[in-house]
Amino acid sequence: MIEIKDLHKSYKMGSNSLHVLKGINLNVEEGELVAIMGSSGSGKSTLLNIIGMLDVLDEGSYTLDGVPIKNLNEKKAAQYRNKFLGFVFQSFNLINYKTAAENVSLPLYYQGVKRKVRQEKALQYLESVGLREWATHLPSELSGGQKQRVAIARAMASEPKVLLADEPTGALDTKTSYEVMDLIQKINDEGNTILVVTHEPDIADMCKRIVHLKDGVIVEDKKVDQVRAQQYVQ
Amino acid sequence: MKFIFDRDTWQEIYGSIRKNKLRTVVTVIGVVWGVFVYIALSGAAKGMDNGFEKEFRDIANNSMFVWAQRTSIPYEGFKIGRAMQLRLGDAEELQRKHSEIQFIAPRNVRGVFGDPSPPVVRGLKSGNYMMFGDFPVIDRIARKKIFEGGRFLNDDDVRYERKVVVIGPRVQKELFEKDEDPIGKFVQINNIYFQVVGIYKYEQGGGFEDDGAMFIPFSTFQTMYNLGDKVAWFAIAGYDDVDIIQLEKDIKTTLKRSHKVHPDDERAFGSFNLGEQFAKIIGFSKGINLLSLVVGIGTILAGVIAIGNILLISVKERTKELGVRRALGATPAEVRGQILLESVLLTIVAGLIGIILGALVLAIINNLTANNDGFPYTNPTVPIPFVVGALFIMVILGTLIGLIPAQRAVSIRPIDALREE
Repeated sequence: MIEIKDLHKSYKMGSNSLHVLKGINLNVEEGELVAIMGSSGSGKSTLLNIIGMLDVLDEGSYTLDGVPIKNLNEKKAAQYRNKFLGFVFQSFNLINYKTAAENVSLPLYYQGVKRKVRQEKALQYLESVGLREWATHLPSELSGGQKQRVAIARAMASEPKVLLADEPTGALDTKTSYEVMDLIQKINDEGNTILVVTHEPDIADMCKRIVHLKDGVIVEDKKVDQVRAQQYVQ
Repeated sequence: MKFIFDRDTWQEIYGSIRKNKLRTVVTVIGVVWGVFVYIALSGAAKGMDNGFEKEFRDIANNSMFVWAQRTSIPYEGFKIGRAMQLRLGDAEELQRKHSEIQFIAPRNVRGVFGDPSPPVVRGLKSGNYMMFGDFPVIDRIARKKIFEGGRFLNDDDVRYERKVVVIGPRVQKELFEKDEDPIGKFVQINNIYFQVVGIYKYEQGGGFEDDGAMFIPFSTFQTMYNLGDKVAWFAIAGYDDVDIIQLEKDIKTTLKRSHKVHPDDERAFGSFNLGEQFAKIIGFSKGINLLSLVVGIGTILAGVIAIGNILLISVKERTKELGVRRALGATPAEVRGQILLESVLLTIVAGLIGIILGALVLAIINNLTANNDGFPYTNPTVPIPFVVGALFIMVILGTLIGLIPAQRAVSIRPIDALREE
């Protein structure tokens, strides 16, 4: 699903250049649930941004679902993001003047899906995250966990090839974090490919594979026995 | 184009505008004010224009008067200070020599320039009123509206020296009973019976007449006062395309020559040129129109710039939201289009509100001045092309000014927008 070969990325900070990613090789198969771990400054978010086409690579190659991702203009990148990727952010990034249902239907709007279909789908995905009754509520009326579930529903609504979650539990307490992870695991069970960036070991243990980044290189890449989040959620 | 007519596009715009009601309102006020000023000013200018037009509607605006005075330069053996006298023959000569003259009306009057006005008696009632001796053609130069049932003087009245009179509303009021129809009745002027043939409608404006004047045939007047062919003054109207100021000079030159007056003598004949006055007034109202246009457009421009300014701030505030939209698949064109449409929509809505408010104020002013004859202000309107033009300009300005925040919105990279603090 994702093939990354010899990826380099550096940022210019004034006169010096900061080499963030120093040759990353990563293959992710369909249906995997991968945790990308590392301390801050390890380059994990940069890697996710490049995978998410929010940032461009300097060297190397990146292929997503057989499509080489290079030389994208903004328009093409936007279309690819819309078609291939779903995003979940640490701070949820819901649009605060839109109801939960409207937030979920936003990627479908940019796909050009018809209003009726959009609304149906939005409700269907809210149902799948257990927030059907909250469809007409504004984000300000939802708890942190509920917001993140709406964000996940939004990310899934466009039926992406890969779900990218950047510290999805970073702003949540432990109990709520496990609820969100439970949801992510269930989505993965249905065969969806998911990448989760996290620095919390217990969250990483709930994935099927842990990729450990340090100073811009992968120092460890191992398959793990998944801890089901279900057991922590009553 | 589909983008513009898509209901969802508008829903998105409505959502983002509604999010910031206060800011939107404050922004819009700038343009509302601009358009309001534009509409109110140009409407008022048009109203004044119409007002002047109404005031002078009854007078040929290409007209002039010429009368005799005393010479100020000795010439051909005549000493200084010789009294001049216009005669009927002068009218014929002027008409013959100046093809630019459309109408020329010799006039005489009693009761205006210091001479006594004739006593008028009817039964037990009496009064003194100014009286003009006129040719019917005067009606073509200074229009007299005649109340229904009556008429103005005609050629036969002059030819047969008929003793007929057209009276003013005050004369009617003072000599006749309220419900009495004066047409066909007789009044005694200077002990001579005259039949009333018409009552003119009095309207304020140029001329010496007020609501208490009488008009009798020129020939009758001549005989009555034993004037021979003497004329007090000529009222002259040129054709529409004639330069009345030049005609005025030419006419005086002709009169000077035939009356043996020094060519440089400016005092021998007096004249008054309505055309010149009209030109001044028209120039004045044109100036006002231009002023209102400049001020209005300027204010609209200031308002539109305010909208651009606020949208720029709004884009900055919405950096994150726009970043999310981009991450979810909004293309730069879609983001740009949304900001642009917001700008144009705000401008148009503000414009419409401004037009409505402006029209309201114009209507109120119109009502307040409706019964005020002395104030030259009638039917203040703004021509539709002006309104449409203003809206059109606003759409263009709104688009242009919206380009700045739209470009700013597009230049934000989603990764920068989404970066955690």
